[in-house]
Amino acid sequence: MSRIGVAFDKARADGRALLVGCMPAGFPTVEGSIAAMTAMVEAGVDVIEVEIPYSDPVMDGPVIQRASDIALAGGVRTRDTFRIVEAVAATGAPVVTMTYWNPVERYGVDAFARDFAAAGGTGLITPDLIPEEAGEWLAASDAHGLDRTFLVAPSSTDERLAMTVGHCRGFVYATAIMGVTGARSQTSQAAPVLVSRVREVTDLPVGVGLGVGTGAQAATVAGYADAVIVGSALVRCVLDAPDEAAGRAALRTLSAELAEGVRQPDR
Amino acid sequence: MSEEQFPDAAGHFGTFGGRFVPEALVAALDELGAAHRAAMADEAFRDEFAALLRDYAGTPSLLYEAHRFSARAGARVLLKREDLNHTGAHKVRNVLGQALLTRRMGKKRVIAETGAGQHGVAAATAAALFDLDCVVYMGQVDTERQALNVARMRMLGATVVPVTTGSRTLKDAMNEAMRDWVANVDETHYLIGTAAGPHPFPALVRDFVRGIGDEARAQCLELTGGLPDAVTACVGGGSNALGIFHAFVGDPQVQLYGFEAGGDGVATGRHAASITGGSTGVLHGTRTYVLQDADGQTQESHSISAGLDYPGVGPEHAWLHDTGRASYQPVTDDEAMAAFELLCRTEGIIPAIESAHALAGTLAVAPKLAADLGRQPTILVNLSGRGDKDVHTAGEFFGILDKE
Repeated sequence: MSRIGVAFDKARADGRALLVGCMPAGFPTVEGSIAAMTAMVEAGVDVIEVEIPYSDPVMDGPVIQRASDIALAGGVRTRDTFRIVEAVAATGAPVVTMTYWNPVERYGVDAFARDFAAAGGTGLITPDLIPEEAGEWLAASDAHGLDRTFLVAPSSTDERLAMTVGHCRGFVYATAIMGVTGARSQTSQAAPVLVSRVREVTDLPVGVGLGVGTGAQAATVAGYADAVIVGSALVRCVLDAPDEAAGRAALRTLSAELAEGVRQPDR
Repeated sequence: MSEEQFPDAAGHFGTFGGRFVPEALVAALDELGAAHRAAMADEAFRDEFAALLRDYAGTPSLLYEAHRFSARAGARVLLKREDLNHTGAHKVRNVLGQALLTRRMGKKRVIAETGAGQHGVAAATAAALFDLDCVVYMGQVDTERQALNVARMRMLGATVVPVTTGSRTLKDAMNEAMRDWVANVDETHYLIGTAAGPHPFPALVRDFVRGIGDEARAQCLELTGGLPDAVTACVGGGSNALGIFHAFVGDPQVQLYGFEAGGDGVATGRHAASITGGSTGVLHGTRTYVLQDADGQTQESHSISAGLDYPGVGPEHAWLHDTGRASYQPVTDDEAMAAFELLCRTEGIIPAIESAHALAGTLAVAPKLAADLGRQPTILVNLSGRGDKDVHTAGEFFGILDKE
């Protein structure tokens, strides 16, 4: 079982959900992103999701787009991601990476899997890769012992849901809403329905992302999901801060609030 | 070889094409694919589309033998006059087809991306005709460069949304349209402007514009008694080129040439020639040739022609290139503008700068064709659009605008 599987088992035993916190690699700098992610772990984030910045992030809303642009303008490279993954994995927290497909394909799918695994990453979340197009990744993830998380959506048919989940390993990512990333004032009505549909076809843990930004929302999602995935709200802490130290302080505060939330699931 | 085999059921042209999209869009793409197949098999749909093209768009467009331009080219040049269509380009064919599909699917809203504004104007036109809500995403840089087209879209009742992310041009407008679509897919059709994007768009758009080649093939046979020796077109996303190529793919004696926007020259890095100056990758939902850096980040394209200024290309072109069936070559801004001027002066036709790339490429390949054939070649050129929209750009290029 992968490191993340162990973490899910422990959280389940504790009667809580895991908190997954997302941050773009190299935002605002490579070192700054390592410090930010480390601060998140110290403040209670269970799993770090390192997003590889991409020039055309069609699943991301304005906050993550802006952070990705800053990271890319700063010159972050794909290979920097592995250094970040290694540094964050050294904290003991499982590290997953979310990446659009082209950077992986350009690096070489097998080479990417090899270097990511060597850095201590547990698996990839692939927002624009569906299993039908994933032949090379299925082989590379098997060869290098990596988890693979494909997305399911409220619009997925039952057949597609079963097929997609069948190709997942580690956990399943349920997109709570039809839309892009970004904190929202209300969590989704569709998400609990989607999670229960996923549970009908798998025992894998289910993470829910898109729209969570407060401890109360985290508690709501923790009521029906195994992991609460938070991105934009955390990224905004750094984006809106006057300097990096203030950004990390804001990150710690929000991370702690969210960590509290996943420990008090609304059931 | 039957070209009807491509793409396969999953939208692959060889190793190109397919679907690289968020799962949330797959159901809509499946719905669209099913609607497309059913529509193409439905005689009533085909009849309605044909009637619209005839009565509203003004097709079949003329095939015009450009005698004076021919003399300069050293070839018998036949111009497929898509510039005479309603809205001024081949794009009206695609938007009418997709608007009919939108209605067939029971959707009430269309979204579109646009670079120069030509597809946006065409989409707004079709939306007005079919009483659909229409939102057009356009890079902020382009809304400033093409203020007249922004006004046209608004006159037609469309909402124009300036896109302020990334490079603020066409590729970012496409990103924003995809984001809108993910959020509103139940009631919205993404009326994509070229034969690119995820399956089924490349095949669907090709099917709606293939009339260009079907008409031209029949017109050429009638006019000359034979097929042309070569067919030429400009290639940005590539819908006008596929539209005219498709009818000739099965005629091996007809050479197919696609001319990409070479900008300042492919060697300078400032160009939009995805096939001749790019590499294989995934962009906007499809695997194709892409302008990208060593890490797979999309690079900005450069061209004097806003309609060719795109860092990718439709996957069927990538496949036609790799199989060798079509030949792709870059044409620089300067070469395109020289051909633009030549057509103005010899034929009294102001072409779109996009189409001027096809004219320039035609001038470039004509001598070799003549040498290979040992006679004057006949070259069919897709004059895909008219140049009214480009008067300002061309006026500045040639320095013929009066100073204030």
